[in-house]
Order: sequence, then C-alpha cells, then structure tokens
Amino acid sequence: MSGTTQDQTLDRWAASEYKWGFTTDIESDTIAPGLNEEVIRLISAKKEEPEWMTQWRLNAYRGWLTMTEPTWPNVHYPRIDYQAISYFSAPKSDSDRPKSLDEVDPKLLETYEKLGIPLQERAILAGMAVDAVFDSVSVATTFKAKLGELGIIFCSFSEAVREHPDLVQKYLGSVVPQKDNFFAALNSAVFTDGSFVYIPKGVKCPMELSTYFRINALNTGQFERTLIIADEGAQVSYLEGCTAPMRDENQLHAAVVELVALKGATIKYSTIQNWYPGDKEGKGGIYNFVTKRGKCLGDDSRISWTQVETGSAITWKYPSVILQGDNSIGEFYSVALTNNRQQADTGTKMIHIGKNTSSYIVSKGISAGLGNNTYRGQVKVLRGATNARNYTQCDSMLMGDRCSANTFPYIEVDNPSAQVEHEASTSKIGEDQLFYCNQRGISTQDAVSMIVNGFCKEVFAELPMEFAVEAKKLLEVSLEGSVG
Amino acid sequence: MAPLLQITNLHAGIDGVEILRGVNLTVNPGEVHSIMGPNGSGKSTLARVLAGQKSYQVTQGSILYNGRDLLEMEPDERAGEGVFLAFQYPLEIPGVSTKYFIKAALNAIRKRRGLEELDAFEFLTFVKERAKLVDLDMALLDRNVNEGFSGGEKKRAEIFQMAVLEPRLAILDETDSGLDIDALKTVAEGVNMLRGPERATIIVTHYQRLLNYIVPDFVHVLMGGRIVKSGGKELALALEEKGYAWTENKADATVNVATVNV
Repeated sequence: MSGTTQDQTLDRWAASEYKWGFTTDIESDTIAPGLNEEVIRLISAKKEEPEWMTQWRLNAYRGWLTMTEPTWPNVHYPRIDYQAISYFSAPKSDSDRPKSLDEVDPKLLETYEKLGIPLQERAILAGMAVDAVFDSVSVATTFKAKLGELGIIFCSFSEAVREHPDLVQKYLGSVVPQKDNFFAALNSAVFTDGSFVYIPKGVKCPMELSTYFRINALNTGQFERTLIIADEGAQVSYLEGCTAPMRDENQLHAAVVELVALKGATIKYSTIQNWYPGDKEGKGGIYNFVTKRGKCLGDDSRISWTQVETGSAITWKYPSVILQGDNSIGEFYSVALTNNRQQADTGTKMIHIGKNTSSYIVSKGISAGLGNNTYRGQVKVLRGATNARNYTQCDSMLMGDRCSANTFPYIEVDNPSAQVEHEASTSKIGEDQLFYCNQRGISTQDAVSMIVNGFCKEVFAELPMEFAVEAKKLLEVSLEGSVG
Repeated sequence: MAPLLQITNLHAGIDGVEILRGVNLTVNPGEVHSIMGPNGSGKSTLARVLAGQKSYQVTQGSILYNGRDLLEMEPDERAGEGVFLAFQYPLEIPGVSTKYFIKAALNAIRKRRGLEELDAFEFLTFVKERAKLVDLDMALLDRNVNEGFSGGEKKRAEIFQMAVLEPRLAILDETDSGLDIDALKTVAEGVNMLRGPERATIIVTHYQRLLNYIVPDFVHVLMGGRIVKSGGKELALALEEKGYAWTENKADATVNVATVNV
C-alpha cells in the first residue's frame, strides 16, 4: 500500500510560483477509481456510518444517474470522466484516530505547518478552533471542550453523523436536496467529510470557527459536506480558507454547504479560496463546482456570505439565501479574480418568500490576463413576499485588453410591493491612471494593488480582520505581473 | 551653481509624429520659468516627457536633472528625485481616497530618499497644515481622488499634492486653465509659498494672466516644437499685447537662454 502511494507522490512535480505547491508523501488509504454502489457502500463502511446514512447516499447516487451534467455556464472545460476519479483517500497514521495532537502523525502536522497553520500555536494565540480535515478524514479538533461548555458542537461531519444523528437527519438536505443539481447529487452520494456546527439557542459563538482543506492524492475529488445550524437567537461566524498543491490533472471540488438559521439567528460564512489556478497556459488547476446555500428558516434571521475567490482554474458557485422567515436578511459580498486563463461563473440567488425580507448583493469582478469573469445573479420575489427589498451592485474591473467580464442578472418579481435595485459599473485600470500614480512616486505594482484594494474594500470590510489582511495579500500576489 | 535641469536638443513625438524639434532649456535652482505658446506647439508634450510618460518617444537629445540622465529614470524614480507634474487633466482614481493616495505617495517618495515613513498622526498633522496653506477644503481629502471634483477643485488638489510632496522641480501644465480669478490667486499663492532657493518651477501656460501672480524669472515661447524666443517677464506682457504671431518672424533665430547667477 505504501509503495503505491509513494509512487503517487509529487516528487516529480517541481515547485513553482504557486507557493502552496507541494505534497506530503504520507501513507494514503485510497480506493481505486470508479463509481458504483459498491464504492459508496465502501465509503460508508470506512466511515462507520449508520445504515440510514448509507441509504441516503445511495438514494442520491441513484438520482445522480438520471441527471445530466449542465452545460449552460459561461465556462469551458474538458469532459470529466467520473469513473476515473478515486472517491476516497484517508491518511493512515496508526490504526486508531489520534486523540490528541501528540498522537497526530508528525508529517501531517508538518503539512499544516507549511500551510501556515501550526495547529497548536495558532489555535491558542488566535483563539480559533480549528477543525482540520486532511484528505477526507478529520485529524484534530481543537477547543472542543471549551465550545462544549457552551453547548456548541463543532466537529467533523463524519463525527456528527455518529454522535448527533438526530440533528444531521433533521437538517441534512433541507437546504440543498439530494437531487438539487448534478454536482450536489454527486456530492450527496460520495461526500467524504466536512464540518458540522450547531449553536444552541441564544448562544453567541465566542470565536470564529474555521476549517482548512487540502486535496492530496492524484485524481481524488474532494467532496466535502458542511452543515451549520444556528438555533433561535444564536450567532456564529465561520471561516473557510482553502489551499491545494500543484497538480497536472484537473481536480474536481464539488462541495455542498448548507446553512440553517432559525428565528433571530445569524450566520456569517466567509471564504478565501486560493486553490491552484492552473499555469499560464491554463493547464491543470482545480475545478471548484460548489453548491452553497443558506436558509433563513425563522423570522428575523440573517445569513451573510463573503467570498474572495482568487484561485481555481474554474470557479462555478452561487452562494445563495432562501429568505423564508419574515424580516429575514440575506447578504452576499464577493470578490472574484480571474487572471491568466482562469474562468469564473459566480454570483448568488436571493429567494424572497417571507414578508419584509431584504437582500444585499455586492459583487466585484476583476479580470486580468486572458481571464473570463461572469457574474450571474438571481433575485426572485415570490407572490407572497410582501415588501421585499433588494439592492444589487455589480462592478467589473478589467486589467488589460484581453480579458472579459460578463453580467447575467435575473430579476423575477411576482409581488408589486417589491423594491429591487440593480447598479452595475465597469472600469478599467488604464495606463493613464498608472502613470498618474507613478508620477507621484508610487510604483506600478503598488498602484495596481492600491486601486484594486480600493475597488474591493467594501467586500474586504465584511471579512473578519485576519482574513481581510490575508485577502489583500492574496490579491496582490495573484495580480503580480498582470499589468505592464 | 550647477543647473537643476538641462535640456539639450530634445526631439520627441508620439505615434511617429515629431512634436518637439530641438528644445534647449536650462533651469537653475531658485528660478521660475514660464513656457508659453500657441496650441499644438508642444508645451504639454514637454511637460509629459519631463515626467516620463511612456507614450511619448524621445528620438534625440538629452535631459540632465541634477547632473543625472533623466531619460534613464522611470517616472516613479523621477518623482523620488523630486520631479512633480501638476496635470492638466487630473485623473480620477475610484475607490482610493485622496488622503490615502497622498499618504502612499509621500511615504513612497520618503522611502526612496532614505527617510522614514510618517506614521498616521504625523501624516495627518502635516497634511492638515498643507491643506490650509493652499486653502484646500479638508472635506476633499476624504473623497476619492478627483472623483466628482470641479475643475477648480482638481487644480487646487494638484497644488495641494505638490505642497505635500515638496518637489525640487515642479512642472505646472496649464494649471490656470478653467480657473476663475479667485481660484487663480489661491493657486498662485500656494505655488509662491513653495518657492525656495533650492527649488525650481516650470509653468506651462497659454495666458499671461497667471504670471501676474506667479512672477517668472524667464519666459520662453515654444512654437513648432522649438523655443523661439526667451526673455524676462515683460515678454509675457508683450505676447499678450501682440499675440504669438509676433514671435514667428524670429523663429529662425537661435536663442540662448541667459542664465542669471542668483
């Protein structure tokens, strides 16, 4: 087993400008490529899941078999062979799962060290709980005890299935049903792991919860599944930051994230996505086909999505909010960058169902190189949604002459009391502006950063502080050499 | 005393069209020079070539700044050396506040000079004093660079930036165009207050009016890409009276700029 894995390691890949590009030659328990009911049962068995979970997966799989891969997005990629993907890969340290960090395989910890998240130090200093997921198996969960005192559950999804089946059964698939779309169905069948969060009534989670992902072995699609439930009056802020090593083959990332906010609850979900975007010729890179959706189930609840997407070869996602409860609020703040040959088709859907609901959308698209950036948004006001309000601002910035930006807003209003506003702008970073900055002593690179940060600041303001700093740096690195 | 700026036989153009056809000019520290001329004579081209705008190609000649080859320096390097251009049409920079912009500029230039960056408090104090000096409404500092500024506000903001960056060589490109008398006076006051024995100013202008308030040491007439006549401040008044055509007869004469020991 170890021999095969060693062969599959990335010794042959040279590290390049993408600084996260490396891999760990750790023993990996990988299932052979291919997808059928047996594979799904095997995944379920490896994770020691109860029968109801296995059945739920199989149900989704059978649904997936009847579905066709959608072709409507404004992105292009070679056909994916779903039988060529290996659907499970777990690191094998010792026979048992480690109970404390001391028991964690030092090579794994080294991985996290390289990624800039030394579990112990950072977790303690920053006061963050880190639920680290490595190749489909949760390795360590910090601060469980502290959160436990407040009744907060923050664990891996796999653990939640075993320890909190009632909660999982109640809410899983309630926001993104198994057959919602092609990739969600696939995810529902083969999801490996993810995060589970439950905040009890009236509790405000005292720290930002975060999760780190990393895709390792070749051809292993990462299908993580996350479920966050905020009970009545609860509040939580969740951070998702992803990095992945360099690959020659495209890697599919089809995650599903479901958020449920009960009466008076607030969920804030922030993402910085920095996955390998492919090289300058567009070769390699992650496919990020994600279904993220929140449901404001109770009255007076609120869900906000904030994302900074700079990586991936293709980004295809619409973090959305279903505004079912009266007076509920949905927010979407996004910065999406496409450079070199990256493609993005991203946006949001705000579905107004309850009364006096409001949604607020700020989308900033930056295109550079030969990047192709599309905003696709839907604002839907159902007949019974009295007094709905929406404000959408969709801004594009073009850097250079060979990139593109597109906007496809869908506004469907079935209630006459609705107020829906849409503003859009396109700007270009031109040589004249850069010269003006140069003449004031500011280098071109600094000028580009300054202008881009100014362009994105409304979105960055929504990020938790340390994330905002990371986001700014990330944009600068991603735009290096893009002008001039 | 060595000249601050020495332009010798400068030929420059854009898109293959030659605009400057052998400009010679010497500017010493402490002097104020005015470059006047009809439309299309190359006044703005000269200003932009000095600032280093890449769309203009220099085909012949040399420019020495403090004894160094200016043409070898990138625009931001030139700024670091104390070259400032007050733009004729100042550009908007959306999303970036004027305060933030000028702080970035000031610290960038200070860094190039080996000086420490100013911290927030020091910067704010300095900037407030400079804004007062040039009578700039403080509210403009919080607005994005030139965004929605009136013509007069833009020009005043340029002089404010100049006051903050304290250049050695300030080039004003038609700073007076579009200004009413009061704005003109304010701008002139600002420029005058920044004059010093180590500094020099080049005023590119169409009209004599500004020169009533910023009194030049030398006036040059640029026509057909060359300086055809030079003189003292009286030359500006003569032009006002007689028009540019008056100098056309003298176009063939080679003009040497008299350097005066200050």
